[in-house]
Amino acid sequence: MSFLNNYIYYTGAFGLILVGLYIILVKHNLIKVIIGLGILDTGVNLFLISVGYITKGTAPIFSRPGIDSEHMVDPVPQALVLTAIVIGIAVLALALSLAIRLYQHYGTLNLRKIREQRW
Amino acid sequence: MRRIVAILLLIIVAVGISLSLAKIPFGSPETKAGRYYIDEGIKETGATNIVTSVVVNYRAFDTLGEVTVLFIAAIGLGAVLTASVGEETRKTEPASLVLYTGCRLLFPLILIFGTYIFIHGHLSPGGGFQGGAIIASGFLLIYLGCRERRISQKASKLAESLGGLVFVIIGLLGLVFGGYFLLNFLPKGTANALFSAGIIPIIYIAIGFKVGSELASIIDNLIEES
Repeated sequence: MSFLNNYIYYTGAFGLILVGLYIILVKHNLIKVIIGLGILDTGVNLFLISVGYITKGTAPIFSRPGIDSEHMVDPVPQALVLTAIVIGIAVLALALSLAIRLYQHYGTLNLRKIREQRW
Repeated sequence: MRRIVAILLLIIVAVGISLSLAKIPFGSPETKAGRYYIDEGIKETGATNIVTSVVVNYRAFDTLGEVTVLFIAAIGLGAVLTASVGEETRKTEPASLVLYTGCRLLFPLILIFGTYIFIHGHLSPGGGFQGGAIIASGFLLIYLGCRERRISQKASKLAESLGGLVFVIIGLLGLVFGGYFLLNFLPKGTANALFSAGIIPIIYIAIGFKVGSELASIIDNLIEES
């Protein structure tokens, strides 16, 4: 139980990553695979953010003078995740556009039925 | 069969990850770089939002690459979706009066809020990417509510190119004035004032325009296709 209390963010983040991986590996519908990609992305972002967390942390913003900087969380993972979110959106949009094209070409999104996409 | 193999693989991954994670303590990272940015960030960049000072000042080159990735994705999406453009005009039912008026009423407010978010990026939570996403959500509302309206492709391309150009030109000006690409050469000003932090607000405004127009054109392409 103490493991859960100490590592709840890690557990959640890797739960999301595993769920996303499972969906990508098992599902046949391309839209579901893309959803799995999104879930995996969210899990990675949550993990990076929780690595930078400090107990009783506050946002690294000096919104008023004389604010206590001792408990500010690490700003570097937050900046990296800001990058990762934008890239994730771009990848998701590109994947969806390819899915639209694939559907127009084959008439199905089932990866089992698309001959060139079977694996 | 496939499912069992996948579950076995996931179990292996989970065990490996949890063994390595147990050694990373939660809640006490204390990296040197993060501590340095928090302690010296205001003095060196003038931005009170340390995340912004990391994104647009310390790692601005990284951000330029990120903006480029978004740009390439938007271009690629446009290329994929307009490769075989069929000239069928979709029949759209006109929206009801309440929806139409509500969308037109909300749209400028959303634009103002997005602008506020990216202009105050160096002072409060927010910045160019977030503000741009909010502006794009305003365009999405217009697309969903007032269906016959379209953004002008020319204006969107213009805003996008201008944003990218301003970013690169400011970086080159830093090279001219101080010898570093993306050097913060403008006066830092007093912390917590709107006009402070040198080049950070200018770059974030450029990013806001660029991201907003790129996401809006992505939405435009996807809606055009469906």
